[in-house]
Amino acid sequence: MAMSDTDDWRAAAATAGATGEGFAARAVLIALALGFLALFLVLPLVAVFAEAFRNGVGAWWAAFQDPDGLAAIRLTLIVTAIAVPANLVFGIAAAWAITKFRFPGKSLLITLIDLPFSVSPVVSGLVWVLLFGAQGLLGPFLKANGLQIIFAVPGLVLATIFVTFPFVARELIPLMEEQGTADEEAAMTLGASGLTTFVRVTLPNIKWGLLYGVLLCNARAMGEFGAVSVVSGHVRGLTNTMPLHVEILYNEYEFVAAFAMASLLAALALVTLVLKTFLEWRYGGHLAGGRGH
Amino acid sequence: MEIQIRDLAKDYGTVPALHSVDLDVKSGELLALLGPSGSGKTTLLRSIAGLEQASRGKIFFGEEEASATPVRERGVGFVFQHYALFKHMTVAENIGFGLSVRPRAKRPPKAAIRERVLSLLDLVRLKGLEDRYPAQLSGGQRQRVALARALAVDPKVLLLDEPFGALDAKVRKELRKWLREIHEETHYTTVFVTHDQEEALELADRVVVLDKGRIEQVGTPDEVYDAPATPFVFAFIGDSSELPVTVDQGRVWLYDRAVPLGLDVVGHGPARLFVRPQHWEVGAPANGLAGVVRSVLRHGPGRRAEVELGAGVSVTVDVSDDHAVRTGDRIGLKPSRWRLFLADGQAVAPIPARRPAASGFRA
Repeated sequence: MAMSDTDDWRAAAATAGATGEGFAARAVLIALALGFLALFLVLPLVAVFAEAFRNGVGAWWAAFQDPDGLAAIRLTLIVTAIAVPANLVFGIAAAWAITKFRFPGKSLLITLIDLPFSVSPVVSGLVWVLLFGAQGLLGPFLKANGLQIIFAVPGLVLATIFVTFPFVARELIPLMEEQGTADEEAAMTLGASGLTTFVRVTLPNIKWGLLYGVLLCNARAMGEFGAVSVVSGHVRGLTNTMPLHVEILYNEYEFVAAFAMASLLAALALVTLVLKTFLEWRYGGHLAGGRGH
Repeated sequence: MEIQIRDLAKDYGTVPALHSVDLDVKSGELLALLGPSGSGKTTLLRSIAGLEQASRGKIFFGEEEASATPVRERGVGFVFQHYALFKHMTVAENIGFGLSVRPRAKRPPKAAIRERVLSLLDLVRLKGLEDRYPAQLSGGQRQRVALARALAVDPKVLLLDEPFGALDAKVRKELRKWLREIHEETHYTTVFVTHDQEEALELADRVVVLDKGRIEQVGTPDEVYDAPATPFVFAFIGDSSELPVTVDQGRVWLYDRAVPLGLDVVGHGPARLFVRPQHWEVGAPANGLAGVVRSVLRHGPGRRAEVELGAGVSVTVDVSDDHAVRTGDRIGLKPSRWRLFLADGQAVAPIPARRPAASGFRA
């Protein structure tokens, strides 16, 4: 490794010496990339934390004493706690069906799984309003039975599930495709039931990929704004999640409180990033192709 | 336990993989399914295991209809080409898996499982490796573990899908011998799939040759090698040359030249004559089919010549060291043993006249 690095370096140096351009071009490209990164990623992140702590830790901490802010955090945790397990189950089921069985409509299913990635989050929210809203398809039925989905927690959960459902499935499909079905077949010929095969053979084979998918799914579920915003109705203390609450605070010029809340989301993103990097570094071979999202 | 297969057919959508296969596997036999890729051999094996659902037909293990039993209750031991060992389990856990997943009432106690695992490790000559993980084993060792795992549940039949296909030539030969030894010790009814004819002929009690989803021939290694039942079997097993000939009035003709077979044959019309390289007698050009030597190459212990007979027909001939055959020489060829298939659709046996044709060969 060290040897080949040195060789690469020598080769690059030789090219630079021969043309006089290699080094300059490299320097410019690296500077450009780093500058871009600083401007668009590091600077905003620093700004978030700087703004959050502008009036000191006390003010930052005080922002979380607001009952509406606490309600927003609680709601985000509730929505995530439902959406992520739901997508965990769905993702495993979809990946299992797609990779271990042959059935008509398989490629359609694969395409559909990617749909939430290609659809605007606003549309992802609107479909639920059109379906369950007061003027929606099932609106009268829901009203007659005293059920509220839109502008309530169920709507937030549905929108979040919809937006985040590709993460686990997309991570597992290539992984399970690569692993094939021989392990499961071996377990079956040895007399194992379907459940035993899943728990003792399949799950251990996919656990790191699954964890990786869940991590990404979780980060998106907590941070989702667009789709959730459409179905939320923005009732303070009731249907505002953290991202929505940040917007409201900001619009009311409560910058410290807004950025304090935002700093929590940013911290979540950083933790996700660290865990993701760790998983890729430690278990890269067990993830789908070792690629990130 | 004997296996009976009756009228078994399988198609994938509209593509037929097996056409109406009938086969009997004797109890305690080591049977090879041999054929090129796409011949249906793996489909047949997986159907016996229950890993494929046949479109039609029945499979019996003894008196019991196995095709009516789901795979997990069928009691087969299956060994996969790429081992399919459970990576996160030790060797001992892998081998004990089949016993440890039994319903509580039928599950042996831990100590008994352990004992069984150790005795199987002994059987497959892997003593002392019980705490290793599959990643720490060589390919040959992994396949031994896979076999031990399949044997642990005391299967009714043992099925192996290209068991040595992923191994290099030397290990393959070793394991072949080892599998034969294990078979002699255990006498499980065993069916294995291979595309390697050498493996099939060396290892099996009987060989089933398949092509395009049909059984071409079932026989002992000697039978399929010495008396191929169809042109496909002759061309597929061992080396051979094929001559496009015509049978007319008891004689066999290669275009306008009579092929010196030494006896008359019955039948009429175009036919295919097969001769193995070692069954040509080399003599003077006037003495047999005349041809020109195009090349002489080393082949194992001897040498092998390509001889052009004219009209685009050339044959492969083994030459002994007594004959100083060189490229460019004109020589005469006479087949000492051969087989003739009349090409009237039915790939039927040759009919050498004036001879009670046991094998169809002129000895």
